[in-house]
Amino acid sequence: MFNHLLSLLIWLPVVGAIPVLLAGAARPHLARWLSMLVAVLTFVASLFLLQQYNAAAGGMQLTESYLWIASWGVHYGLAVDGISVALIVMTTFVGILVIAGAWEVIQNRPHQYMAAMLMLEGLLIGVFCATDALLFYALFEAILIPMFILIGIWGGPRRVYATLKFFIYTFFGSVFMLIALLYLYQKAGTFDMATLAALPLTMKEQTWIFFAFLIAFAIKVPMVPVHTWLPDAHVEAPTGGSVVLAAVMLKVGTYGMLRFILPIVPDAGAHYAWLVIVLSLVAIVYIGYVALVQEDMKKLVAYSSVAHMGFVTLGIFVAFLLVRESGDVGMAQLAMQGAMVQMISHGFVSGAMFTCIGVLYDRMHTRSIKDYGGVINVMPWFGFFYVLFAMANCGLPGTSGFVGEFMVILASFSANPWIALFAAFTLIIGAAYTLWLVKRVMWGDITNSHVAEMKEINGRETFVLAFFAIAVLALGIWPQPLVHLMNSSVSQLVQQLAIHKI
Amino acid sequence: MPNINDILIMLPEFYLVAAACLLLLMDAFMKPAQRPLLHWVSIIVLLVAMYLVIVGQPPQTVTAFAGMFVRDGVSEVLKVFTLGVTAMLMVYSRPYLIDRKLPIGEFYALLLFAVIGIMLLVSAGNLITIYLGLELLSLSSYALVALSRDARLTSEAAIKYFVLGALASGMLLYGMSMVYGASGMGGTPSLDLAQLHQVMAYTTAPTLLVFGMIFMLVGIGFKLGAAPFHMWIPDVYQGAPTPITAFIASASKLAAFGMAWRLLDGGMGDLSQHWQLMLAVLAVVSLAIGNLVAIVQTNLKRMLAYSTISHMGYLLLGLSAAGPEGYAASMFYAICYALMGLAAFGVMLALSRAGFECEEIADLKGLNQKAPWFAFLMLLAMFSLAGVPPLVGFWAKALVLEAAIHANMLWLALVGVVFAIIGLYYYLHVIKVMYFDKAEEGGTLVVQQDKSLRVVLSLNALLLLALGMYWGPLLDWCRHAFGL
Repeated sequence: MFNHLLSLLIWLPVVGAIPVLLAGAARPHLARWLSMLVAVLTFVASLFLLQQYNAAAGGMQLTESYLWIASWGVHYGLAVDGISVALIVMTTFVGILVIAGAWEVIQNRPHQYMAAMLMLEGLLIGVFCATDALLFYALFEAILIPMFILIGIWGGPRRVYATLKFFIYTFFGSVFMLIALLYLYQKAGTFDMATLAALPLTMKEQTWIFFAFLIAFAIKVPMVPVHTWLPDAHVEAPTGGSVVLAAVMLKVGTYGMLRFILPIVPDAGAHYAWLVIVLSLVAIVYIGYVALVQEDMKKLVAYSSVAHMGFVTLGIFVAFLLVRESGDVGMAQLAMQGAMVQMISHGFVSGAMFTCIGVLYDRMHTRSIKDYGGVINVMPWFGFFYVLFAMANCGLPGTSGFVGEFMVILASFSANPWIALFAAFTLIIGAAYTLWLVKRVMWGDITNSHVAEMKEINGRETFVLAFFAIAVLALGIWPQPLVHLMNSSVSQLVQQLAIHKI
Repeated sequence: MPNINDILIMLPEFYLVAAACLLLLMDAFMKPAQRPLLHWVSIIVLLVAMYLVIVGQPPQTVTAFAGMFVRDGVSEVLKVFTLGVTAMLMVYSRPYLIDRKLPIGEFYALLLFAVIGIMLLVSAGNLITIYLGLELLSLSSYALVALSRDARLTSEAAIKYFVLGALASGMLLYGMSMVYGASGMGGTPSLDLAQLHQVMAYTTAPTLLVFGMIFMLVGIGFKLGAAPFHMWIPDVYQGAPTPITAFIASASKLAAFGMAWRLLDGGMGDLSQHWQLMLAVLAVVSLAIGNLVAIVQTNLKRMLAYSTISHMGYLLLGLSAAGPEGYAASMFYAICYALMGLAAFGVMLALSRAGFECEEIADLKGLNQKAPWFAFLMLLAMFSLAGVPPLVGFWAKALVLEAAIHANMLWLALVGVVFAIIGLYYYLHVIKVMYFDKAEEGGTLVVQQDKSLRVVLSLNALLLLALGMYWGPLLDWCRHAFGL
């Protein structure tokens, strides 16, 4: 039964969305329970995946490959390494929580909402295990459809603007990647990613392909200066949409970098590593300052997401510097490992932050920071979670936010102390915008009568936040299992960095 | 004296001519109450023709009537899809015709004659056959556009279509005469496409040949609706009764592709270095005009008209690659476009009824609240037209882009994707109106109750998804037709 575990993981939520849709508007409760059932089953399947995957061996495992389109040599090829497994488990975990989070919040056509969520989940899992570039691309693009619908139907007042911007912006980036893939297909005669990784390319070709890939993935991550769709999309998206967007979808960008830029164009990647590093530092420092001045809670967290994802791209490309210039493979591995941990950690922390904001929004119907104040007085339990996630967001030791950032800063210090210096700014700026947010929303006296009427979180909300809290603390206190899961895959990636293809 | 073999090769065409004549007679002698019966008769006629095409397909290319008529893989694929698409279209049209009391007999008979024209066109082995097929198709189409003759917009569209169509036919004919003349200089004059293929080698008047080829290209451009020969498209699409628009957008495009391929690769193959760049320029202009002007349209039919122009740009991308791979990609594109266009117009037909034409984009407001299934079908059609995976429109685009890159025209592929991004906007806008806008209170949206329409339309749109998930067989069929 485990031969098709990956297919099962992809298709269970996608096909499971159909009965949810059919359950219809007439029986919203049935639709909710059905989608919960599908999400839980998918999560269970992903736990089987965790158990089946041999972390010590590393490499691509649980391979499935069927000839899909014979005349183009396209395969329906799936396989996972440690990084994919970690991302898939995170996706299915978040999948349950967003469905629980939307339970009675979404009153307008809940069956469509749940179905879109499930489809999104399945497609995201597909992206994380595709080994054929064309399959990857198709799934990478198909993700946009459910997200477009989610933001457009259930979003805030400017949802149409935000969702169109989101769709067109991301589509813009990826079409250049399509051209690059078609070009590679001309040269290699296949879309198999392992074959493409071995394909020799001249520096000129690599440069063009590198930039085509970079624009596709940089928009998805998003990196400065192509991040401007993200605040709009986050602010207007429904809570669940924001959670999936921040927790999983942004990782598709960095995951794509690992799968495409690193193996296929390593020389161009090394040559332009400085560019990505500079952009990452700008994201960490400048976007941190931008986050500081936001008056909308969601926007603040959205900008902090951009800053945190800066650490992921920084880690990946600092590894390039370390391998190519100082030959320090051990440190490069640390940088890469840190980037991966940061990816997973940011998934949980940002998901939790957006869930918290969703909880506040459901009560007050405003996201503006100035409308709040002294919330801790009326919602002490909620305050506990909120402060915990805020601490994780600014990278307090003991929470998951600390581990990845620390590893990346440590590794970049040995590449170049200046990089580490700027990266370490996050410890100050991150703390500043997060703690100031907490101060204005949580602490102090109750500022207005609306806050005074707020109700403590109910059982369902406690359930969602508690699971997020467990994940955040578990990763912070004992990151070893996660590191072990990804370790051999990361070292294989780092070894690939050293291969010259010219 | 034609022998029996020639007739057997052309059996589907002969059969259709006989059936169409019979249909006309039936219409004349039937009581008005029985006329709706013609609907099912004509669909069966088309399905039988499709069966004849598939079953009688010879393993090798064969010609009939001294090379006038060619029956090969390409003609088979195009004929099967023409017949299939037209049969689907007939299903969609029935409630429309009944609601508006349009002349049913004429509609079906003319449609059948147009189909015969297409079948001749895609099987042509001679310039005369091309012209014959084209005129049969065009004249039937003019009459079909004018079917609801009392409507002012319709009459205007029909006249425009006729005048511009006649002009384009004249250009084509003029070009043909020059090519014929060039073939006579230094050899025996010929109208046969297979022989014209060799003309470049011996003619003493190569300039005349290229000149003639350019005029023929104008005719092709007009039939495809590629800019700058696109002027008729928006008015005809908007003015014609919706079923006819759907026909022009689907089966007619297959015919245009067939004609372009027969003339360019068949007759003018040796001149490919001349027409390659011309087609590329037509493609770029079509992509630009189609996509940019479509953005500002408020009428859905008109928007789809401009979108057609841009899609013909993509189709030309494959043709301009001037190789079997490119032709296969183009044919795949034409088939997919026919299916996508048909689905989009099908939804419009399903939402129209007597006294209410669903043709403004605003008419779709809040469709997801009132008729979620039809909104979903339209969503599939729109995402497919926009070229978003997993729908088949994406793969069609990827194929023609690959063909362009393969032919060392990376710049053309880049232009193609840039306009795909621009084009995305207006398709998304339709989805926005259906899904994100609130339905107006007391809106008048009613969906046709016709069962066959609902079933076939659903299959049509779901086919876009199914083909998107598994497009191998269709691509293989197209490639096989071009000997790959």
